[in-house]
Amino acid sequence: MEALELARWQFGITTVYHFILVPLTIGLSVLVAIMQTAWVRTGKEKWLRLTKFYGKLLLINFALGVATGIVQEFQFGMNWSEYSRFVGDVFGAPLAMEALLAFFLESTFLGLWIFGWDRLPKKLHLLTVWCFSIGTVLSAYFIIAANSWMQHPVGAEYNAETGRAEMNDIVAVLTNNTTLVAFPHVIATAFLVAGTFVSGIAVYWMVRKHREDAQHKDIGMYRTAARFGAGVMILSGLAVIITGDLQAKLMFEQQPIKMAAAEGLVHSEQPAPFSILAIGNLAGDDPDSVTHLIEIPGLLSYMATGDWNAEIDGLEELQEQYAERYGATTPDGEEIEYRPNLAVTYWSFRLMIGLAAFSAALALGIFWFTRKKRTELPGWMKTLALVSLPMPYLAASFGWIFTEMGRQPFVVAPNPTGSDQIMLMTMFGYSSSVSAGEVLTSMITFTVVYAILGVFWFRLIQRYAVEGAPEVAEPVVRKDDDQSTPLSFAY
Amino acid sequence: MDLALVWFILIAVLWTGYLVLEGFDFGVGMLMPIIGRSNKGRRVVLNTIGPVWDGNEVWLLTAGGATFAAFPEWYATMFSGFYLPLLLILLALIVRAVAIEYRGKINDETWRGRWDWVIIGSAWVPAILWGVAFANLVRGVNLDADHQYVGNFFDLLSPFALLGGAVTLAIFLSHGAIFLSLKTDGEIRERSEAFARKASLAAVAVAGVWAVWAQLAYSRNTWTWAAVALAAVALVGAWFSTLRGRFGWAFIANAVAIVGAVVLIFGAMYPNVMPAIDEANSLTIDNASSTDYTLTVMTWVAVIMTPVVLAYQSWTYWVFRKRLSMEHIPEHNELTFMKG
Repeated sequence: MEALELARWQFGITTVYHFILVPLTIGLSVLVAIMQTAWVRTGKEKWLRLTKFYGKLLLINFALGVATGIVQEFQFGMNWSEYSRFVGDVFGAPLAMEALLAFFLESTFLGLWIFGWDRLPKKLHLLTVWCFSIGTVLSAYFIIAANSWMQHPVGAEYNAETGRAEMNDIVAVLTNNTTLVAFPHVIATAFLVAGTFVSGIAVYWMVRKHREDAQHKDIGMYRTAARFGAGVMILSGLAVIITGDLQAKLMFEQQPIKMAAAEGLVHSEQPAPFSILAIGNLAGDDPDSVTHLIEIPGLLSYMATGDWNAEIDGLEELQEQYAERYGATTPDGEEIEYRPNLAVTYWSFRLMIGLAAFSAALALGIFWFTRKKRTELPGWMKTLALVSLPMPYLAASFGWIFTEMGRQPFVVAPNPTGSDQIMLMTMFGYSSSVSAGEVLTSMITFTVVYAILGVFWFRLIQRYAVEGAPEVAEPVVRKDDDQSTPLSFAY
Repeated sequence: MDLALVWFILIAVLWTGYLVLEGFDFGVGMLMPIIGRSNKGRRVVLNTIGPVWDGNEVWLLTAGGATFAAFPEWYATMFSGFYLPLLLILLALIVRAVAIEYRGKINDETWRGRWDWVIIGSAWVPAILWGVAFANLVRGVNLDADHQYVGNFFDLLSPFALLGGAVTLAIFLSHGAIFLSLKTDGEIRERSEAFARKASLAAVAVAGVWAVWAQLAYSRNTWTWAAVALAAVALVGAWFSTLRGRFGWAFIANAVAIVGAVVLIFGAMYPNVMPAIDEANSLTIDNASSTDYTLTVMTWVAVIMTPVVLAYQSWTYWVFRKRLSMEHIPEHNELTFMKG
């Protein structure tokens, strides 16, 4: 393989891996902050125990998320230096802002939160967990703004002399309409992941404790956690659907070829049907092989435009339009394929939507079986809970794979209503000074190290989840002259 | 003043923050077995940086992000050019973050012992490689007319660069030992103080040689002699303070020495940001920088946010100002289950 393909694989591997960890950190940091707030306000011990229980799981997850995030900041320069030269004037700004406004906030206040239980007064300590969680959400905003600029470049112009995109409006970059729908979509997904995580583990414990002792005092606590998580899943699930719909409509305008690929729409149709199941060649590079098996008439037209009878452009027509507007061949004379990989986009889009349904089933099951103070769940709910746990993670990963693969062959997709010069094909973005051997070395080491760390991460999460919520003592703030009492927490 | 120059200085400031703060984190990590000795002793050592190391590391991410935003060409050339050393640093930082967090999560000697080695090794690697990287910046590297790095990995390992690695290593060891002398009590403190006295002397010797070499052979400016002098005086001051048992002063002196070293490194390059061996191909403050508009936006963000960050980070150090000793370490902070 060439350096370009290897660099793409490395980015895909490290980014998908990183994003397995990120949504849980974002969602759970806020949920844990809410739990701790409930404890401070009500004084009920169950909230303190839940805070400590889920807080510990959050920390195990956060450590690996931070570690893998460091790579993200540097690999643009390492593997994608030509991309960095082209976009740096615009793209660097949200990245630097993310570090300065968000990373400092989350990392510093996380330390205060972990070690501060016996150093800070209750309310001040509560504030630290909120600062931490606000930091995680803020960091998502800046990185989504950076990514959205790659999907839909705004607030910049092309400078022929320097050969790069140059920013002329930071407000436009930060309020890109793509950002404004993608950010809530990602945040809602993070809450869906975290809600499923909280509920999934709580359901496991409700069933287990009930079998041991139907009167066990912990059952009530886990019931609270299960219902709390289920509420989060319902609300965030609705938000995911609404923002996803808005995002899809926007994408039909901004990257129509990505959406046509997502739907397997080979030729323009009026009205266009929504495809439930289609098959084609597995390599995904042959539109003629696509056969639609199950369709809902007119639905795609409605999803894209709000009109059941609208005409939607197909891949063939869009390929011609793109070739006409952005060039038919590369400088080397090769024909440019503007259609993204069909199999990947079509299926990742459907898996993203389909896998999220598990969370919905879990949430409805929890509300039904715990109605009117009931505490006994059927045994199969435990199975459903454990099966559902990884599903929103997978859905989120497929969402990103769809977004990024659907943008190909561009790394910076052209804005149809903006400058035609501000676009960059992925093949021109990688580091020409880095050899394929070097990229291969880094790809293999990252993959191996990530795999090993992933095993420890999973084992620890599993172990702490299976250990259950710890018994806790009310935190006492240390006096200044206290020299011999052990700390409440130490590494 | 020219905004690109402002950002050249700001990036030097961010690196200073990083080296001063994570410098002692690395020192503490490297000294875990030497000063900690027993499991409990190692935990005392590690917990001196427990609440702060993660926030300290963000200075690096900010320096990286700021370089991307303010000097895209520099960011692109440096990170693709220093590919393998940077890869090693990143791997070390990744496993280090996980090791610090996971070490105490299972109450088992083997588990802890292995993560300890990861913490120690992942402190040594960047402590040396940062020095190698900075020395290469001062020395100049092989760039072509398109500002692409055309050298190979071994070109980066010149004697001057390797001595640069020894400089950061010696300074971080002494910095870490001085930090531990300030943050611990009892036997750990005694061992830290003893080590600090030796390490700070070693730092004077190694850094002194390197700084004079850098100035004579590679500095593009005469005024950086002032930075050499500042660093030298500060390092001698740090050593002297450790002998007199004034570790607060020693810490301040060491921090000043790091400031001097960064001024020397950046001053020696100026007006380049990444000097090439063929001077005509050098990346300079002018040809590597972003537009004035972007720099203006970023200046506002930095001017407003940096003091806020400094304020809450300082507060963290205040909250955790107490010295730690063996008595403070709880028997089991985490779950108490045993192996298996």
